[in-house]
Amino acid sequence: MRRVVITGIGTVNALALDVPGTFAAFRDGRTAIGPLGFRDAERLTIRVGAEIRDWDEGRFTPSEQALYDRVTQYALVAGAEALAMAGLVGPLGPRAGVILGTAAGGIRTWEDSYRAVFAEGKNRVPPLVVPRLMHNAAASHLSIRHGAGGPVLSVSSACASANHALGLALQQIRAGAADVMLAGGSEAMLCFGGVKAWEGLRVLSPDMCRPFSLGRKGMVIGDGAGVLVLEAEDHARARGAPVLAELAGFGMTADAGDIVAPDPEGAARAMRAALADAGLGPQEVGYVNAHGTGTLLNDRSETRALRAVFGEAPPPVSSTKAMHGHAIGATGALEAIACVMALREGLLPPTVGFQAPDPDCALDVVANVARPARVEAALSNAFAFGGLNAVLALRRA
Amino acid sequence: MTDRAEIEAAVIEILARQLLLPPGEVAPEARVEDLGLDSLGKVEAIFALEERFDISVPFNANEPDQPDFDFSSVPSIVAGVERLIAAT
Repeated sequence: MRRVVITGIGTVNALALDVPGTFAAFRDGRTAIGPLGFRDAERLTIRVGAEIRDWDEGRFTPSEQALYDRVTQYALVAGAEALAMAGLVGPLGPRAGVILGTAAGGIRTWEDSYRAVFAEGKNRVPPLVVPRLMHNAAASHLSIRHGAGGPVLSVSSACASANHALGLALQQIRAGAADVMLAGGSEAMLCFGGVKAWEGLRVLSPDMCRPFSLGRKGMVIGDGAGVLVLEAEDHARARGAPVLAELAGFGMTADAGDIVAPDPEGAARAMRAALADAGLGPQEVGYVNAHGTGTLLNDRSETRALRAVFGEAPPPVSSTKAMHGHAIGATGALEAIACVMALREGLLPPTVGFQAPDPDCALDVVANVARPARVEAALSNAFAFGGLNAVLALRRA
Repeated sequence: MTDRAEIEAAVIEILARQLLLPPGEVAPEARVEDLGLDSLGKVEAIFALEERFDISVPFNANEPDQPDFDFSSVPSIVAGVERLIAAT
């Protein structure tokens, strides 16, 4: 079976609009969570998020701006950074593909067009609404821009979308359907309707995100994109590409239970499946980037799952969502990038906002300050509404 | 002005609808935990109360002791709704 390596990473998120800035924020333990600034935010009950501020649409031509929702714009900028790092220049050809996750797709475009026809009484919407809002828009534009003519699709599984996308892309390369895959996720859900919908579930924190901490009040939504260049190891070595890490394994399971409440058993099965797929034993894992949403239920359930897989002393755990926010369908890609930093720099990104240990979350939480540690392998967890669990295993290159 | 009996009847009716029970089977002193209402049922019931009385209930599912709104029993919910109506 072909091994699959990561040769490039790219991101835009609320911490920074590139990988070096994001790594610096991870090292310093900064949070991007702050007051929301979009239209009608003052009518929300929850007014905090990890928003990308000062986004310059001027980096795209006027005709591109008419065609690209933010979800596509973020993916294109992240994808360009990842490809530059990998030293790949398009057209990438028929042996290259794209699989991107997104939960809400072009939700801002839906919102704007509904606002026009329902609230403002207009009888027409801009002609490009459909190609802007479709879930596959970001994946397709990456394919078009870089000439990737192989397997291209979007994946939508709520908060696990990006992990599913990365796992499926890994499988495409292993199966011989492609040599190079751009994979990850993009999300731009921070708009009035997006946050209103989340408010109804009563799981959002009114101020900060404090995963695994006593006194946590829930999740905080973030926007952003992460794109990773996955490449067959032989292909990468043959062209002398830099190898950042190995994407060694993937496990996916379904709880087949409740539509929102997590089940530790389903999560544990996904972690075990990822370890088995990677040929790793639990003792080889030196870091887990947790799903760690900061809700009462997720963090408690994830703790039980981690202790089921790793026993009484699980490896150090952090949730970087307290820094970049819960970027829903993109979050797994941001967190895979955090794992690459842990593997390459020997520095575990912290869980900021941590106040005190919760007896229900008996874990070695990397609290508030990044921790030096030599890591041979890492897991990245994503557990979605719908009971869908997707776990990635990464190994040091 | 909405009186206490009217609020209590509405709370019972809303809880009963979520529990798929006839309203007569939700006692005026019932505790929510004993009724077996799940977390989604709870947020749907709160939404229904907000819509019925045009109030905004400060409820976050992540705070077990619910410092701002006591959702533990029919009387505590009625008292909370009364307070919110009076404050509007």
